[in-house]
Amino acid sequence: MTGTLTEKILSRASGKTVSPGDVIEAKTDIVAFHDLTGYHVIEVMEKANMVKIFDRAKIVVAFDHLAPPPDVRSAEIQGNIRKFVKDMRLPNFHDINVGILHELLIEKYAQPGQVIVAADSHTTTSGAVGAFAQGMGASDVAAAVITGKTWLVVPQPFKVTLKGTPSKWINGKDVALELLGKFKADYFNGMSIEVHVEKPSAFPMDYRATVSNMGIEMNADALMFVPDEETKNYIKTMRGQEVELITPDSGAKYEDEYTIDLNKMEPLVAAPYSVDNVKTAREESKVPVDQVYIGSCTNGRLSDFQMASEILKGRKVKTRCIAIPSSYEMFKQAMDRGYIEDIVNAGCVVTYGTCGPCLGGHFGVAGPGEVIVSTSSRNFRGRMGSNEAKVYLSGPAVAAASAATGFITDPRDLQ
Amino acid sequence: MIVEGPVLKYGDKIDTDIIIPARHLKHTDPAYLAQHAMEPLDPEFHKKASKGVIIVAGKVFGMGSSREQAAIALKAAGVKAVIAESFARIFYRNCINNGLPLIVLPNATKEINEGDSVKVNVETGEITVNGKTLKGKGISGMALDILKSGGIMEYLKKVSA
Repeated sequence: MTGTLTEKILSRASGKTVSPGDVIEAKTDIVAFHDLTGYHVIEVMEKANMVKIFDRAKIVVAFDHLAPPPDVRSAEIQGNIRKFVKDMRLPNFHDINVGILHELLIEKYAQPGQVIVAADSHTTTSGAVGAFAQGMGASDVAAAVITGKTWLVVPQPFKVTLKGTPSKWINGKDVALELLGKFKADYFNGMSIEVHVEKPSAFPMDYRATVSNMGIEMNADALMFVPDEETKNYIKTMRGQEVELITPDSGAKYEDEYTIDLNKMEPLVAAPYSVDNVKTAREESKVPVDQVYIGSCTNGRLSDFQMASEILKGRKVKTRCIAIPSSYEMFKQAMDRGYIEDIVNAGCVVTYGTCGPCLGGHFGVAGPGEVIVSTSSRNFRGRMGSNEAKVYLSGPAVAAASAATGFITDPRDLQ
Repeated sequence: MIVEGPVLKYGDKIDTDIIIPARHLKHTDPAYLAQHAMEPLDPEFHKKASKGVIIVAGKVFGMGSSREQAAIALKAAGVKAVIAESFARIFYRNCINNGLPLIVLPNATKEINEGDSVKVNVETGEITVNGKTLKGKGISGMALDILKSGGIMEYLKKVSA
């Protein structure tokens, strides 16, 4: 057969040759949830009186949304899940000190060719290593925890090619925003996006994770990078594992395709209140900023902190600025390399391993009328707190440059 | 499976942070969630919906988060069905899993107006409104089986029995 990556992964998972539009039952390699959805997953299982687990080793649980707990209810939710984890003897549990679920999945668990479902929409992030990864609701995830299977409609595959090398301040966020601005948020509904990188080392795993993370903002069923040398190197470095690569066949048929020339990109932002309201950072350069947030499962990785520290080193921020590495590992590496020191010296507030600000939970909630520049994934109305706050999405370079000046700033324009 | 009621109409890209804001996600009680459904757009929504309504909307209704509370909140507030030009996938599944029917109708916002009285055949996708019949995409296959069973867990019990 000549299959796309989507077809090859889902054929293996369902035990038959599949085509776009087929409704299939797929085996799940990893099933995951976090604190904010996990209690709901467990509640669904308990209500149905079906508290059983298909394979303990394949369940991953991480505390991130309510970490550390901002109120009594959050602490209660985490306590209930800890008890469940202990009672069910789940080996892959990560408490509040480890990091954000999607980051942990790519650092420690996800493999090319796997089917991964988790109770959070940004599960698409694991597409960075070439896994077919979907977010689902609590009931679907509960069913997958019990049976090790889920039903899927095989999506229409769409091919994106990245050619060239991104210039200094461009990273994965700009590529995600480029796709959203060009195609708009509803275009990829029912499709899976397969990204082929012509020069693998030019677009490292951090950047890939950002693009995959925002696959859900494109309303794609999955966004996968075709695994290559970069994927092998990443998994070898992070886990010491050798992996088998799975790649589309040369004659694979796509719904359509699009090529991005990385050399020609410039720093972008998504203006309120939609992820596809994309403009260049320069177009918005008169907008004053009240708070900057650098972090989340979208842009809380080492290269994000490297860019931010390079811009903020020796400067003092002119806005409130909160910076949160996406995991313990990212925090430690950023600390070892001096990035955290540069960012703290510039006047930023730094902590690790929480989703708090991204969803308006805690640790940086936006007030009425405030303008936020955030490296997170969504700028929906009310997303970071007040319905009257305005969230601009950007990559880490625009965010750090905006913190340095107090206005939305293209990092190339910094004096 | 037939549902009917008056229409509340919305535009494109009604996202899950509008349907149920994140600050309410530490709860799953349907009565609590119903009070806060669509709160950022209309704090009075639950009063309007309480007699039983059908939502008509534009593109990718339910885009964003996987929070199942979005489906629970709408259903508990009194929404009997949602007709939209397209739905976000996660939201679509969450609604099926919670027994809230959805119909895809490509020109929904052009064909149907706020306050219209509509009758929907959930399986065939036929919608009767203003004396005419529109043909939407109904629910079939495994999704229909799950919806008819009253949700995914009830369905699982049935098929594994």
